[in-house]
Amino acid sequence: MVRLEGQNAIELRNITKRFGSVVANDRICLSLKRGQILSLLGENGSGKTTLMNMLAGIYLPDEGEILADGKPITIRSPKDAFDHKIGMIHQHYKLVEVFTATQNIILGLKAKGGLNLAEANRKVQEICDRYGFEIDLKKKVYDMSVSEKQTVEIVKVLYRGADILILDEPTAVLTPQETDKLFAVMRNMKADGKALVIITHKLNEVMAISDEVAVLRKGKYIGTVKTAETSPQALTDMMVGHAVTLNIDRPQADELKKRLKIGNLTVKDKEGVKKLDDVSFEAFGGEILGVAGVAGSGQKELLEAIAGLQKLEHGSSILYIAPDGREQELYNLTPLDIIKKGILLSFVPEDRFGMGLVGGMNITDNIRLRTYRDGKLMLSDFAESKALAEKIVTDLEVVTPDINRTPLRRLSGGNVQKVLVGREISFNPTILMTAYAVRGLDINTSYAIYNLLTAQKMRGAAVIYVGEDLDVLLELCDRILVLCGGKVSGVVDAKNATKEEIGLLMTTVGGGKEATNEA
Amino acid sequence: MKHEANTPLIRLAKRDAMSGGAIWAIRVGSIVLSLLIGCLVILITGNNPFKAYGVMIQGSLGGKVYLQQTIKIAIPLLGCALAIAPCFKMRFWNIGAEGQITAGALGATLIARLLDGKLPSLPLLLLMCLAAIVAGGIWGLIPAFFKAKWNSNETLFTLMMNYIIIGVVGWLQNGPWEARQGRMAQFSKDATLPKVLGIHCGWIIVLVLVLLMFFYMRYTKQGFEIAVIGDSKNTASYAGMKVGYVMMRTMFLSGAICGITGFIILSGANGTLASNIANGVGFTAITVAWLSQLNPFAMIVISMMLAILTKGADTLQTQMNVPASLSNIIIGLLLFCMLGCEFFINFKMIFRSRKTEKEVDAK
Amino acid sequence: MTGFINGLILLIVAAISYGTPLMFGTLGEILTEKSGNLNLGVEGIMFMGGAFGLGGVFYYEKLVGENANGVVAILVAILAAFIAGAFASLIFSFLTTTLRANQNVTGLALSIFGTGVGQFTGELMRVKAGGYVTISNGLKVFFSNTPFPKALTDIPYVGQLLFGHSVFFYLGLLLAIGMHLYLNKTRSGMFLKAVGENPATADAAGINVARNKYAATIIGGGISAIGGMIYITSIASCVWNHEGLAGVGWLAVALVIFCLWRPLSTIWGSILFGALMIMYLRFPLPFIPTDIYKILPYVVTIAVLILTSLRNNKDKQPPASLGLPYFREER
Repeated sequence: MVRLEGQNAIELRNITKRFGSVVANDRICLSLKRGQILSLLGENGSGKTTLMNMLAGIYLPDEGEILADGKPITIRSPKDAFDHKIGMIHQHYKLVEVFTATQNIILGLKAKGGLNLAEANRKVQEICDRYGFEIDLKKKVYDMSVSEKQTVEIVKVLYRGADILILDEPTAVLTPQETDKLFAVMRNMKADGKALVIITHKLNEVMAISDEVAVLRKGKYIGTVKTAETSPQALTDMMVGHAVTLNIDRPQADELKKRLKIGNLTVKDKEGVKKLDDVSFEAFGGEILGVAGVAGSGQKELLEAIAGLQKLEHGSSILYIAPDGREQELYNLTPLDIIKKGILLSFVPEDRFGMGLVGGMNITDNIRLRTYRDGKLMLSDFAESKALAEKIVTDLEVVTPDINRTPLRRLSGGNVQKVLVGREISFNPTILMTAYAVRGLDINTSYAIYNLLTAQKMRGAAVIYVGEDLDVLLELCDRILVLCGGKVSGVVDAKNATKEEIGLLMTTVGGGKEATNEA
Repeated sequence: MKHEANTPLIRLAKRDAMSGGAIWAIRVGSIVLSLLIGCLVILITGNNPFKAYGVMIQGSLGGKVYLQQTIKIAIPLLGCALAIAPCFKMRFWNIGAEGQITAGALGATLIARLLDGKLPSLPLLLLMCLAAIVAGGIWGLIPAFFKAKWNSNETLFTLMMNYIIIGVVGWLQNGPWEARQGRMAQFSKDATLPKVLGIHCGWIIVLVLVLLMFFYMRYTKQGFEIAVIGDSKNTASYAGMKVGYVMMRTMFLSGAICGITGFIILSGANGTLASNIANGVGFTAITVAWLSQLNPFAMIVISMMLAILTKGADTLQTQMNVPASLSNIIIGLLLFCMLGCEFFINFKMIFRSRKTEKEVDAK
Repeated sequence: MTGFINGLILLIVAAISYGTPLMFGTLGEILTEKSGNLNLGVEGIMFMGGAFGLGGVFYYEKLVGENANGVVAILVAILAAFIAGAFASLIFSFLTTTLRANQNVTGLALSIFGTGVGQFTGELMRVKAGGYVTISNGLKVFFSNTPFPKALTDIPYVGQLLFGHSVFFYLGLLLAIGMHLYLNKTRSGMFLKAVGENPATADAAGINVARNKYAATIIGGGISAIGGMIYITSIASCVWNHEGLAGVGWLAVALVIFCLWRPLSTIWGSILFGALMIMYLRFPLPFIPTDIYKILPYVVTIAVLILTSLRNNKDKQPPASLGLPYFREER
């Protein structure tokens, strides 16, 4: 078969995918053309990865059809995807640490004869040379940088003969220089007639690399435009859409009191990459400070740093101002120190079962995580946690078969989150931090959570709300801090700001203009 | 992922809570199954299996003396299983109980050698017990320290620790502390645990430990911390628990209880120290703890069950000339069946059929 | 001086003879652990191998009488031991891989079961044979003597060192080299290592994780069991001796760590451990008591364990998923 450039390699028609009651993809149409790079643009949770996972054989669509070279196909497994020459590079790499690049690339492939690593090296090197990958094939994965690991994943897919490559947010973990290199090899692959899809929410990259841009918003397909005929502003409008009125109450507190002063906060990860870079801001009792940013911009590290769960770089400062005016520096305090100093700091982490709750324990035991130290002598607390658990279950309408028996893991996501939030607000915190508090929850539970947060604000707590839905951030919060690549990109007044403004700040530090910073 | 095209013939799904009755039916069923396989082994020896089982029951429970001897076998198993429970709850795979028992016995012996005859019986025994606690605890603490500090593999570390202390005792037994022909001197009556109802009072100690351990795991702050760390170390840190410290503390406790067990064997049953004082109890007790789902009361039942098999097989050897190692075979079979049966309690198998496919689609 | 050298040669020869059962036990466990399975039942497996291996030769000789052929007898012993060990490891694999039981507990259960079966079989054979199980001296020499001609072994010094060992030592050498080549130079060996390192990645790459785990554990168990047979047939001179065999399996587990999961290292590692096992007989040093000699292997193993975790050299670590369960749903 002659494969002309610009011909449709893959066509998606009316693809719909549901997870429970949530529609992740709603009748999406898309075509991938040979010799082209398509950007799949959208906010977090807009359904980009879900859509591509259906091409990679991870999910099967509920409705709609996939055509390869004009013929309908069914992709049931990653192996099927490979048979159709589709390869996807996921965000989480699947590599064997003690193996070399080549060993990882040929892993699982059957071939005649014994294992000839020299021959395999040569073959892999051929691919690398053809597209301009720079990598030492004999290097072990544990010695590799994230960027090198990514290269191995891409070469692995190419080695298996993929003609259609899907890269899921490949630049999220790369430095600008590494990003440039990646784009160079992507252009080489394009010139070789491959069809490429890059999932991203960074507008400058979209403009730089792609031929066409397809935009998704909240699971819906918005449209496809040619990159040459569009602008970042127009794309932002497509991505965030018109502001939707949610009717979240936003009462004003009588007075604002400074509760937290963050100065020059810097955090590095295990590899020494800065996850937070010189972050400074203040949070006030009586307001909800929203934190916006694309995924992985440092939101998680910011909240964990304040909670004492991250190692801070020298010079960082977290100053806590108690209601009685007493000041306390939290730099290098452990969570236990924070508790012992009587600091009323609450934290609803993103990963509910990985941190924050114990999935195998019942509701009362999970409440006890906060109260067990209040018991007398050696004894764990029982009366307090029991009363509190009952109160939370009643007040927040948590549905559970048995408050003292059923492990949390068996409850629905909404009920689990109610337990977590309920516990964290139960002891009237001075500072309440939440990370993606409504992720995966239905509308009613989400509103219940918004109301709880607002009630805390009106009580005088400083609420920090890390969120992903800009509409919610704009209506719920008083101010919004925008993070971009671990830096504070700007702080805007939520009452006057627009989605476009925030969208721009999320993708470029400073957003091109000075952001207003008012308290 | 629910839509794998080539759905395997049998799919597994985690079961929701099974009714208590069904769980026990499966467990009892697995015990019966293991005894039936044991029948085959007995048949090989040319004996009547039912008669053999009869002899075993008779020899372990059918008389006051027999029962006392059976309980004597169960005591250290129970004590040691109790010691292992908190570590396993914390997902710290302590398989060094054998060595911690030996270390405890060594500590107690040291005191007995120094103070026997100089102190009245009660303070002497208390001091011996204390020394056993400290010695066993330290022997448990060492691997925990390296685990907490550098994340050394605790399974292999604790395993190696066993043989070191056993070797040290062997050296003392054959060298500096030798009394005659590779044996140490028997303790005086002062350094021996008194008997209650015909059995050394170790049985009271371990029963008290059952209550204490139940209470500790369920009602204390430390027990709570252990349970949280076992489920999620991140959540534990989030809640302000010091994971490394709790690990070391728990291992000290575990080693200490093993030490007490060692003291009981030493002072109650053997009356002297020897390098084989633990005699496999530390390993067998791990299976006791696991099969009891770390529940102290269930440990009483399981350890008695294994003791009955052990004592019964001894009787079988003397009466029917069947090697006593039959008990280890049947205990092994019992463990296999009970380990395997947990699978059927936790998972249900879904056979491929049209109905289940629809069920999945509906989700 | 000659006396010293002769003594040294005797020591090395004895160390090799005691190290050979260990070498097999260790090689088997290395293969098992490379698949991510920590089978702590080696002690039981070696007991079973010892009893069934001995049983195999005994009944073979009983069957053919004076026509018994030494080579066939060795093959029968190897086969019987291998089958016993493979069967024991099959139980382990079934429980841990298919029924998802905890590896530590299952391994210990296998230890109890295997020592029971080995002991029971050994005793039962003794009882049935009327008190004494052994094989004729003519057959025994095939198990303990060198397969090389006298001309070679008589070469001064090196003759004994190079050619003076039992046939099993040379088989062990071949096995160690073979396993090294398999793990490092073949595709299937690479896949097996991937399973032990990162089963999720191996699974995603289309490697059958369960099949690899089963195969490595069963074959590994069979190899370990041969070690038990070698102990009984060569060191214990074909008499069931559970006291001698006791602890060899655990020493093999220690040697796996000491050798850092490398088959080739088992060659010198097993000789070293063998030397430590018998040094107190050959080189009694007044200031080191016998029992302290015996714990040296464990002390150095702990030192190795600590050093590897301290230095964090990625190439000298246990297989990354060792002892951990893998089930696809939890991806």
